[in-house]
Amino acid sequence: MSPTVVLTITVGGLIAVGVYLLSSRHLSRVVLGIVVASNGVNLLLVSAAGPAGPAPVLGAGGEVSEETLPGAADPLPQAFVLTAIVITFAVTAFGLALAYRLSRLDGDDVVRDADEHLRTRGETAEEHREDEQDGPAGPTGASRRGAPHGEGAS
Amino acid sequence: MRVLVPLPVLLCLVGCAVTLVLGHRPRAQRLVTTAVLTGVVAAAAALLVLAVTEGPQQVTVGGWPAGVGIGLVADRLSTLVLLTSTVVALAVMVFSTGQGRTGDDASAPVSIYHPTYLALTAGMCIAFLAADLFNLYVGFEVLLTASYVLLSLGGTSTRIRASATYVVVSLTSSLLFLTAVGLVYAATGTVAMADLPGRIAALPAPVATALQLVLLVAFGIKAAAFPLSGWLPDSYPAAAAPVAAVFAGLLTKVGVYAVIRTHDLLFGAGTLRVPLMAVALATLVVGILGALVQDDLRRLLSFTLVSHIGYMLFGVALGTTAGVAAAVFYAVHHILVQTALFLVVGLLEHRTGTTSLRRLGGLAAAAPGTAVLFLLPALNLAGIPPFSGFLGKLALLRAGAADGGWDAWTLVAGAVLTSLLTLYAVARVWSAAFWNGGSAVREGASPAAPRPAHRAMTAATAAVVVLVTGLSLAGGPLLSLARTAAQDTSDARRYQVVVGGVDDGRGAP
Repeated sequence: MSPTVVLTITVGGLIAVGVYLLSSRHLSRVVLGIVVASNGVNLLLVSAAGPAGPAPVLGAGGEVSEETLPGAADPLPQAFVLTAIVITFAVTAFGLALAYRLSRLDGDDVVRDADEHLRTRGETAEEHREDEQDGPAGPTGASRRGAPHGEGAS
Repeated sequence: MRVLVPLPVLLCLVGCAVTLVLGHRPRAQRLVTTAVLTGVVAAAAALLVLAVTEGPQQVTVGGWPAGVGIGLVADRLSTLVLLTSTVVALAVMVFSTGQGRTGDDASAPVSIYHPTYLALTAGMCIAFLAADLFNLYVGFEVLLTASYVLLSLGGTSTRIRASATYVVVSLTSSLLFLTAVGLVYAATGTVAMADLPGRIAALPAPVATALQLVLLVAFGIKAAAFPLSGWLPDSYPAAAAPVAAVFAGLLTKVGVYAVIRTHDLLFGAGTLRVPLMAVALATLVVGILGALVQDDLRRLLSFTLVSHIGYMLFGVALGTTAGVAAAVFYAVHHILVQTALFLVVGLLEHRTGTTSLRRLGGLAAAAPGTAVLFLLPALNLAGIPPFSGFLGKLALLRAGAADGGWDAWTLVAGAVLTSLLTLYAVARVWSAAFWNGGSAVREGASPAAPRPAHRAMTAATAAVVVLVTGLSLAGGPLLSLARTAAQDTSDARRYQVVVGGVDDGRGAP
């Protein structure tokens, strides 16, 4: 099989965008990242099927094979993609519900460190938030605007 | 008897639908769920007997030709793990019905608990019985989507935060897994596990290694192997007690099962040996060091859970039949022992209202029964003879010593060290929560009065403890069963013979 360059670049681009969004602390951005990256992976599955061709429809006579229908598209990856789309739909809905619930509870959809996690490090949640606010303006300001940042990834 | 193969999945899904309809009748829901899970356990037991006496059972659902339809295979490995997991699922369900009747977690939307729980079990059954990679992916997704709902039940701030971590990490691993499926299909033209070994062997070595690495990273996140394990202790402790127990027992082990199933079969025994050994060692040591500093009981257990995943990875990394057999045995032991411990912690929390070691104390006098229920699996976890944890570790150490490489000996040393540190960790729990202090809850604890546990909760916990303790008696037969199961997976030709290779050249690259 020979994947097309356009598809391959699109797959790479979509996954790159998705991964960038995934690194955010804002849950709604993360969900969007999942959606974009999933579409990238779905396209990857499509391109794994090889070049496009006539629909592999079962004829009146019998089986589809290379002889009866030369160059027919491979149906299996398309079935995979359909399944994957349904699954992505379900988890996207759940992710959005989670982000909504988080924003109702906290006022925003930022995922914060677990209190127990901080306690093990010898800080309290309040101290941690103060630290975040007292920190250098650059990364903290960026985090308030919702850009991805590496702090707290430990 | 091939009709039995899809039965565990079907029963769970039908039960899921029925309990969803019965949303406003909790008694009927409890009855249906318990009946369905009992049926699933019976089906899994029958499948195990069939797999041992008559060989693996294979079904392609819907009468499609093999390779196109959904293939399910019940061989010794899958049915052994399936039976253990469904027994655990049933026990935890009994525990949670007991807890439900005492009025605990009254704020939780109970009406969706039972359907979701059955969907989780269905996903688990699909994953264990899957005969191709894509089906395995679907099983994982059903399982994980149900687990997202279960973890966030109630929607309190702690659980939502924990779910956010858990969901994002799981979704990332699922994306990687789906990518791996796409890449495997692109490279080989099939995802059926019976066809893949030959096709992958024909690939250039770097391509095969790349495919293996993508799969391993995806499974590694699900199994919580060390560099990819940070999510687990942050999410499991937030869940409701029965949910945490079923997660601890089952979810990571599905990842471990996927590693055991695919590693030797698809890529050949002993591939990526040193990297896997390094990951296993890091998981063992870092996990248990994390457990030593924890104050919250469930967090502490979560760290031991991560740590002991390293034992199973060690067995797989060895690549010998003895190693894989020990890993399978250890997986069975680990499913039961972790569930038992999390259930006991559920009992403690129900009684005292806290899981903090700083607050607990004097429970050995206040609740001697629960203390015994904790002590048995705790010693088992640490690997004290004659418990099954000792037998599993011994089998692993012997497999490592028989291998004799420098890396295997390093792992043997790491495994012994981890066992000792585990003993230290559980001894610390014992002295802090059970011996120390005079009252069941020390000062500063929440004012919740001690509540007696429902007898179903105690009975379910006791049943799992008895099972995991009884594993010691069945150690010999179980280990020989694990050995034959390991042979099925490690030898690709054998798997193709037993499963019936479906390779007719269709869809070749």
